[in-house]
Amino acid sequence: MSSLADREPAAPVVEPAPAVQSPWRRFAADFAESRLALFGLALLVSLLMVAILAPVISPQNPYDLAQLDVMDSKLPPGEHSSTTNKPYWLGTDDQGRDMLSGIFYGLRISLAVGIASTACALAIGLLLGLAAAYFGGWLDTLVMRLADIQLSFPAILIALILLAVLGQGIDKIIIALVTVQWAYYARTVRSAALVERQKEYIEAARGLGLSRARIVVRHLLPNCLPPLIVVATVQVAHAIALEATLSFLGLGLPITEPSLGLLIANGFQYLLSGKYWISFYPGLALLLTIVAINLVADQLRDVLNPRLRR
Amino acid sequence: MTAVLDVEGLRMHFFTKAGVVRAVDDVSFRVERRGILGLVGESGSGKSMTGYSIMGLVDPPGRIVGGRILLNGRDLASLEPEAWRRLRGDRIAMIFQDPMMTLNPVLRIDTQMVEAVLAHHDVSRDSALARCREALAQVGIASPDERLRAYPHQFSGGMRQRVAIAIAIVNKPDLIIADEPTTALDVTIQGQILFEMQKLCRESGTALLWITHDLSVIAGLADHVCVMYAGRIVESGSVDEVLDRPRHPYTRGLIESVPSRNEPGRPLPQLAGMTPSLLALGASCAFRERCSRALEACAEAPVAEWSGERSLRCRNPLP
Repeated sequence: MSSLADREPAAPVVEPAPAVQSPWRRFAADFAESRLALFGLALLVSLLMVAILAPVISPQNPYDLAQLDVMDSKLPPGEHSSTTNKPYWLGTDDQGRDMLSGIFYGLRISLAVGIASTACALAIGLLLGLAAAYFGGWLDTLVMRLADIQLSFPAILIALILLAVLGQGIDKIIIALVTVQWAYYARTVRSAALVERQKEYIEAARGLGLSRARIVVRHLLPNCLPPLIVVATVQVAHAIALEATLSFLGLGLPITEPSLGLLIANGFQYLLSGKYWISFYPGLALLLTIVAINLVADQLRDVLNPRLRR
Repeated sequence: MTAVLDVEGLRMHFFTKAGVVRAVDDVSFRVERRGILGLVGESGSGKSMTGYSIMGLVDPPGRIVGGRILLNGRDLASLEPEAWRRLRGDRIAMIFQDPMMTLNPVLRIDTQMVEAVLAHHDVSRDSALARCREALAQVGIASPDERLRAYPHQFSGGMRQRVAIAIAIVNKPDLIIADEPTTALDVTIQGQILFEMQKLCRESGTALLWITHDLSVIAGLADHVCVMYAGRIVESGSVDEVLDRPRHPYTRGLIESVPSRNEPGRPLPQLAGMTPSLLALGASCAFRERCSRALEACAEAPVAEWSGERSLRCRNPLP
């Protein structure tokens, strides 16, 4: 049997080097394939801009009660102020508040609450889910049973009870939303991490003598992110809708700082008397926000799901 | 000359609910510097688990219950997990079976390689990168700089396995454990990889433990071979002796079932039956049910008998 080393050395392998293409660039190209998703993204970005720039672009500061004029209450869209003659493009509500400004500011609050609560819930759920998957045992059982209990109650019920106990305020509503949402992330991360953990690259990383913390943070976590990004995007929309519901029920934010839900609630009683605009326009803004986020989330799911990858 | 790796009576058992699985049972072998030892056996014979045991990568319910694993005279089995971890990837490295799975898909090659160096050596990123370039060149990868900036998905299977080998040799280990690294590759690539590995070991003096089910790979690559069956080494010795004059019926059965050694047109001899469940091993020889030479005496498991470099675990060996 001749030894392999006796043979002529093989020529070095030359494979055409492909242009270095990072996963992010590939991801962006995949995302841009759907026009609808791009439209959703554009809409979402515009809404975010409006929310951020609300104090600059709003005709009126809806929080400054001194600027409100009761004489201007319930004016239809396009009507001019009786005192300053400024136009109210989307009409006014029963306090004489400019609806357009109210919507801009309401959007700001709704998006801020949605994003902040999602970020907090994501951080908590991620940590608990990863720990549950990696360490297993009693920690896994504890976290997952907690999540099961949490998810077996309707979200709105838990949020209502919490707010009834905690009281009103933007921080309280964020706490309520985080409590309702963390379990989704914990579950998603855990199931993704359990799958990834079995893969050989984790074994290989252990074979390299990397520390446990490093393996979890650098190798396990990044590979669990795709499903999490999808869930997080959808959950922002859920959080906004839930916040709007709570505010509509009067348990969310104080009436002086109305979010979209509260604006809708304000116009609710005038809906049947023909003064549709007080509820309609904030409702439309809420709808557009949620649709935009969902369009983006749908495409994210398609792009990030390996089973749907073409 | 002292052996780089000296395994003495290694036992690794899985304590499952159904009972104790003796995945590795009284396994002994040694690998010298520059030496290449082939560990051959069917699926489930315990060959991979032997490799994992040496790496210290056995997870519960598995546990090393006996024996010594001497790496340069130091017993790994008695080390703290943390001390074992520091040796892993530095003094002993492992190459895994499926190159498509062993590289992290979301990290660039340079990240993964530099990480392997920095986990064990307190050097600057630049000098770590220099080592990586050197290792990639050693495994025959052209233009290492470009390759370092690439992601795993941009490589073919053979190239990925080369990268995995480069990661294994980047810290210049004393011992490399290769767990069927060419099984998932096509034959031409397999030949190249075998050639590179053999050259690397000869040049750097690294000892190599090559785990495979493929006797033809062992024939061309290794200088010593251990044949494993049901968690035990049934026969060992130099490759030429064992493959040319097998004495254990199982070894002969394995050799006969390699197609190229058979005349065309004649049915290929097969080993009858299946690997026994490691849960249900009794006191008898594990190969007894499948063995054509089984005797009454085989009801009692044979012990390993050594003559020089050869060992044999059989009560009725071939002449």
